[in-house]
Amino acid sequence: MSERGARLLVVDDNKVNRLLLARSLELQGHAVTLAENGRIALERLRHEPFDLLLLDIEMPEMNGIQVLEELKRDRQLRDLPVIVTSAIEGLDNVVRCIELGAEDYLHKPVNPVLLKARIGASLEKKRLRDQQKELVRRFATREVAQDLDASGFALGGHRVQATAMFSDIRGFTAMSEQQPPEEIIDLLNTYYTLMFDAISGRGGVVNQMVGDGLMAIFGAPLPLADAGGAAVQAALDMLEMIELYNREPDRAGKPPIEIGIGIASGDVIAGYTGTQQRATYTCVGDAVNLAARLEAHTKSVGHAILTDAVTRRAVGDRCRIEALGTVPLKGKAEAVEVYSVIGGQKF
Amino acid sequence: MTSAIDPARFADLQATAGADFVVELIDTFLQEAPGLLAELRAARADGDADRYRRAAHSLKSNGNTFGATALGAQAREIELAGLGEAAADVARIAALEAEYARAAQALRELRDV
Repeated sequence: MSERGARLLVVDDNKVNRLLLARSLELQGHAVTLAENGRIALERLRHEPFDLLLLDIEMPEMNGIQVLEELKRDRQLRDLPVIVTSAIEGLDNVVRCIELGAEDYLHKPVNPVLLKARIGASLEKKRLRDQQKELVRRFATREVAQDLDASGFALGGHRVQATAMFSDIRGFTAMSEQQPPEEIIDLLNTYYTLMFDAISGRGGVVNQMVGDGLMAIFGAPLPLADAGGAAVQAALDMLEMIELYNREPDRAGKPPIEIGIGIASGDVIAGYTGTQQRATYTCVGDAVNLAARLEAHTKSVGHAILTDAVTRRAVGDRCRIEALGTVPLKGKAEAVEVYSVIGGQKF
Repeated sequence: MTSAIDPARFADLQATAGADFVVELIDTFLQEAPGLLAELRAARADGDADRYRRAAHSLKSNGNTFGATALGAQAREIELAGLGEAAADVARIAALEAEYARAAQALRELRDV
């Protein structure tokens, strides 16, 4: 979106004002839509995208202050820049508009030069805000982006019941030494696409990617009913996808990819860690450590999916799970019960 | 008697919106304003303070747009005063209507130049 050619909505109950404002804006190269009162304006805003709203205050049915209040409540619309244009008397009304989030206030009759400058500034701010949102979307998961959008950013976390999952590609380091770098990046991209689909398809969130490994959380930042079951289902989906991938024609003659997955459930602390400048959404706790250990353990036992007792109980008899007995794991004082999820079945 | 329309303000409007467009805008105003004056009277009769203030507010805003300074000022007084004693309000409205007639005539002349 450039400064020229923005989509603007003009709301004014007075026809002369509406036409004049539209004329000024069209002369500046913008596409203008008109609305006669606040109610109509909100309807339009909810049905088509606009870059900026020019809002009158004194209007029948729904006045400008009420529109600002509605916009503030609406998550889709609350970032829409609003310039109030009014001939309203009294500073308190202007103050109220600014408090309710209006970018600016222009007194009527509106000076076209001032109007142009204010619109340019508002659109530029919106462009930067959109860019920032896009960055958040690209580098964080949709859930984290929504969580940030809804509650803002704050370091610190809260305790939740969740299931952690770790997964990586077996023998990846050796593989990466034998294949050209482009092929490895290509492989990783495909692998991540498949894994993301499997995990988010079951309500999980991938929150870390390191090399060929990933960490996913089920049950945070948004609560998830049956997080353990969802994680196990996702793991089975992941295995199936890898199997299909290995059978693709362009993988012919290449060594098949194998993955190992560790899953554990329990109390974790989920939240943002890092600094005010650079932070990441993560989960810490026993279950997270255990999931990582279980994933490492898949290599020793030759099972693709290992899980803990809590997740095993959560899954119940919905899926075939084999007890492997208690196993001493690195970083664990006591040996832990380990279960192997047998692939090839879905629930 | 001074002109009902401030020539400098009117010239500004023509310069920024375009003279052809201002012709259209005058027509719109001449169509809309009688309704606003009627609304002002009706709101006064109904004792509806919101509608009364809003109608005066619109007339003020439009008056100022065209440089109808006296019309804008009188409408502003009504907007700020709000509903008051009926006879005084009706007198104010009558004066406003007279000023509107003067402004409308001046705008017609400017339009038809």
